[in-house]
Parts: sequence; C-alpha cells; structure tokens
Amino acid sequence: MRDQRIVEIRNLSKSYQRGGQIVPVLSDITLDIASGEFVALMGPSGSGKSTLLNLIAGIDKPDGGMLRVAGIDIAELSESELADWRAEHVGFIFQFYNLMPVLTAFENVELPLLLTRLTSGERKSHVETALAMVSLSDRMEHYPSELSGGQQQRVAIARAIITDPTILVADEPTGDLDRASAEDILNLMDRLNAELGKTIIMVTHDPNAARRARSLRHLEKGVLTADRS
Amino acid sequence: MALPIRYTLRNLWTRKLTTALTAGGMALVVFVFAAVQMLDTGLRATLVATGQPDNVLITRRGAGAEISSGVDRSQASIVESQPEIASGAGGTRMISKEAVILITLPKRGTGQATNVTTRGIGEAGLMLRPQVQLVQGRAFERGSTEVVVGKSLATRFESATVGSVLRFGGREWRVVGIFDSGGAAFDSEVWGDNDQLMQAFRRQAYSSVIGRLVDANAYTDLKTRLEGDPRLTLDVKRERVFYEEQSQALSKFISYLGLTLSIIFSIGAMIGAMITMYAAVANRVREIGTLRALGFRRRAVLMAFLFESVLLGAVGGAVGIALASFMQLVQISTLNWQSFAELAFSFALTPKIAVLSFCFAIVMGIVGGFLPAVRAARLKIVDALRAA
Ligand SMILES: Nc1ncnc2c1ncn2[C@@H]1O[C@H](COP(=O)(O)OP(=O)(O)O)[C@@H](O)[C@H]1O
Ligand SMILES: [Mg+2]
Repeated sequence: MRDQRIVEIRNLSKSYQRGGQIVPVLSDITLDIASGEFVALMGPSGSGKSTLLNLIAGIDKPDGGMLRVAGIDIAELSESELADWRAEHVGFIFQFYNLMPVLTAFENVELPLLLTRLTSGERKSHVETALAMVSLSDRMEHYPSELSGGQQQRVAIARAIITDPTILVADEPTGDLDRASAEDILNLMDRLNAELGKTIIMVTHDPNAARRARSLRHLEKGVLTADRS
Repeated sequence: MALPIRYTLRNLWTRKLTTALTAGGMALVVFVFAAVQMLDTGLRATLVATGQPDNVLITRRGAGAEISSGVDRSQASIVESQPEIASGAGGTRMISKEAVILITLPKRGTGQATNVTTRGIGEAGLMLRPQVQLVQGRAFERGSTEVVVGKSLATRFESATVGSVLRFGGREWRVVGIFDSGGAAFDSEVWGDNDQLMQAFRRQAYSSVIGRLVDANAYTDLKTRLEGDPRLTLDVKRERVFYEEQSQALSKFISYLGLTLSIIFSIGAMIGAMITMYAAVANRVREIGTLRALGFRRRAVLMAFLFESVLLGAVGGAVGIALASFMQLVQISTLNWQSFAELAFSFALTPKIAVLSFCFAIVMGIVGGFLPAVRAARLKIVDALRAA
C-alpha cells in the first residue's frame, strides 16, 4: 500500500479570471503522492497552495493537465458525481474549523455520515469513537461557541475522519491557533498518519508545522520547486 | 441527502428577533387574509340563516329586494289562495303579507340617524320563522302600535329597549319585546303589525308575501303557475335563495377588497422574507461552502434555505390564524346595499378559511425564500470557502 500512488498529477494548470484578465495561478504542476504519506505543501502567500489543495480535494476544476486521485480522473466527473466522490474519499480540515455553529460537536461530526446509508445507531457509535479519538468524549453536546479554538479544530478533525476517507486535506490547520493548541493538533495528525495510515496533504507556511510532515513540497508563483524530504 | 431539520430550526431559533419580525409581518398579512374571508362567511351565514328551506318569498318581478318591491292586495290574495301554500292549526293559511319600510333611528352613543328595516308582518309571520324566539317581554298585539325589536338592534340603538317608545311614521310605537333570530338578518329589524305600519306610512301595497310550502317539491309548481299567470307580475323564490342573493353585492365587495389588500400586503411580507433570507445566506456563505465540500449537493442547500423560509411562513400563518380566531368574538354592523339597512353579523372562522390562510402563508414563504435559496445553491465552493 505504501507505494501505491494515491494522487497523480501531470502538467496541471489553473488560472482565475479577475476583472476581465486571466491570472495564471498554477502552471505545469506534476506531482505524485503515495498512499500513507504526510505531505506538507509550503510556499509564500499567494503562491497557489490552497488552489492546488482544492483541486486535489475536488472542490475546484483544473484548466488542463491530468488529475487522478484514488485512481479516478476527477476532472472528468460531473458536479454531482464529484459531490458523492468527495463525501466518500476526502476529509477536510480548515484553518477556521468551519463547524456549523448551530450544531453540537456530536452533530457536526455526524454530518458527513448523513450522506451514507448508516443507521442512526451506527452513526452514533462511529461519532462516539471519533470524538474519543480526539479526546472530546465529554464535549459531545457542546456547541462550537462553547469550545476553544483547539477543541473546535479537534471536532473538525473528527468530522474529517468519520467517513474513513482516502485522503485528508488540511489548509493551514494550525493557522488560527496558539502554540500549545497547534502542537496538540499536529500530534493528532501525526498519530492519524502513523497509527491509522491516513494520507495527509497539509498546506502551511508555519515551519513548525511543516517539520512534522514526512515530506515537503514547495510552491513558488504557481510552480513546484525542488523537493526536500 | 437532505440536511437535518434541526439545522434549519436552530438557525431560525438563533436569530430569534429577525425570525419573530419576519414571521410577524407574515402573520399580519395572514390575519387580514383570514379576517376578510371570515367577514364574508359571517355575512353569508347571517343572510342564509334568515331564510327557511320550505318558505317561498314573492316580490314584484325584477324588484330584487323587498324594499324596492310592491305587491298589491289583489295579487297577494291570489297568492294566498294557491294550493301549494300550507295551512296551519285551525286552518289558518301559512302566509304573511309583509310591508318592509326603511326608517331612521338614532344610534346609541353617537345619536347618529341610521337606516333600520321595519317589517310589518301578517298573522302567520312568526310561525313562518321558527328560528325567531322572544327573549324579553312579549309579542306585539295585532291592531296596536306595539313593536318588537331584534336583539342586535336593541344593543345598538337608543330607545330600542322594552318599555320605551320609538317615533317614526308620524306615530309613537311602544317596544314590548326583544327577539332573537339566531344570528339572522332579522336581528337588526323592528317588527310590528302590517296593517298598522301601512296605514302610518300610507302604503297601498305590500312589499313581499312569504308562504310555507305544503312540501318542498311544491315549489316548481307554484313558481310555474304564478310566474305564468298574466294577471300577476311576480317573482317567486325560495326564501333561502332570496337571502343568499341579498348578500352577493356586499360579499363581492368584501372579497375583492380583502383580496386586493392581502395581495398588496403579501408583497411587502414576501419582500421582508426575501431580505431576511438573503441576509441569512450572506451570513452563512462559508458554512454553505463547507457543506458542499463535505458532499452535500446544491439541491440539499437549496432545500435547506427554502425550508427555512417556508417555516417562517408556517409560523406566520399559525400566528395569523390564531389572531384571526379572536375576531370571532367581535360583532360588526354595516349597511347592506341591497336592503339599504343596517345589518349586524360576526366573523366566522371555518376550517376551509384556516387551511386556505395557512397555504397562503406557505406560498409567501416559498416565494420570499426562492431567490435567496437559489443564490445559496449557486455559490461556487472555493469562493464560498474564501468568504470571511
Ligand atoms: N476563487 C478565486 N478567484 C480569483 N482568484 C483566486 C481565487 N482563488 C485564488 N485566487 C488567486 O490565486 C492566487 C493563489 O491563491 P491561493 O491558492 O489561495 O494562494 P495561497 O494559498 O498559496 O496563499 C492568489 O493570487 C489569489 O488571489
Ligand atoms: Mg491559502
């Protein structure tokens, strides 16, 4: 499994239209990520890190090139196929946690399972397991506003892993946290990768975070520069 | 897969004030919508209750209303002798030749002179209206200037109480009793002896003849014979149909006015709902992006926001109908254009009105929430996630 390529990117390009002008963001990206890897994607602000991550996660479409994730050419999928594909294969971790403020920790983690065929009993035991894994069993009935930033990010991680996705994508997961909380989150991600074998792709510009990854990729003005492992 | 209902409920609950104001606006519209129909239904019920199913009412051809009708004595006698007219105990013909005359009486409180229907009835007049009950005093003495008054009239007009005197037609009339016709139009009338009233007002002709049929099937025979008789210029109608027709002009006016008001107000309420829902979408752009990223489809987002708006409508509808139900305690009086007299009636809430009003509220919710829900569903995921 370790050597199986979970992400295969060939000559990928992406540009955005802004005020009638076409702004190239990614050009000629070629990248492979093996199953079980923990990759950090680094680079200055505006270099296209988030854009690349969004393409891999199937929430944006490339302009050209090949983008294969878990053996599927996701650029070819229709919008609703892509939605189902994301529900099955991708776990998201955001910089600002992005929990639903009106739902409890339990309900937030349960949300992706509503897209599966699991019964409510099965969902309950899954959610309890995931919240136990992020050490929040005692906060299940709490709303996001009643939790600290670090706790909210742990709920978000529980939500990201609840469906046992093929890849976890994290965009600046420690960007909004103090040092201690950031350390907790990185330890957790480390465990997910080391103990559960999760493939993680993390965008960050925090060197402390990047150091925890198994490999590093650098983006500079939309171009991948020399890898350092 | 749809988003859970509690997601929608809690979003509404979280912004209680906005929810209350928006639903409150819709509630007012539903209140107006329901109240107007209740008024219309109340009016019809009052006029329809006035007619008995096996009574016929005969007026001059084309007269439409009793007040503009004249049936002279010879024609009335011919009607009286028809075989379809029933006979009561002791062989009295179940027929009442009536004189309907408009008088003016001062209203209680303001003293304002207001039109009141006065009805001179024949001997069988009371027997033909079994729904009429004396609730105070006694019946008037035939051949005297005594009168009885309807119970709505008694509360709304000065000196319409037992023992007092009414002045009209150049005479003084003593009120000896108050009657209750169970919400019929008679409750707003003064009743006395037909001969006395006709003398006082120097009338030669009756206004109408009311008769009881021997059985309900006799109607067609009677109508055909009387309307075909060349000596007669009469219209024969079932009493109930006659009073239904009396309500048409006012009923139409109330319905059109109500519908117009409801439509104008509902546009305001729908714009209110739309503003609320656009704000809700704007506040939750990143949330929407997240839901879509997790795998919820555009349709799930659309339905969640539409449902939120429909729920606002449902709350507004329920509150509006509840408010309207209190209107049943209110009695109002107005001028009936077909008799030109005051008529008292009340608001009547029927299940049909409640259901219709609720549906109206739901439609307001759907229309108000549609565009905002479409906007929410159309957001691009990456743009939504980049929102602050
Ligand atoms: N949805 C978008 N529409 C227009 N321009 C965008 C969009 N997303 C990103 N960009 C632009 O593309 C460039 C790269 O953005 P991004 O991938 O977010 O960079 P990073 O994550 O490395 O800071 C930036 O110049 C940004 O303004
Ligand atoms: Mg970024």
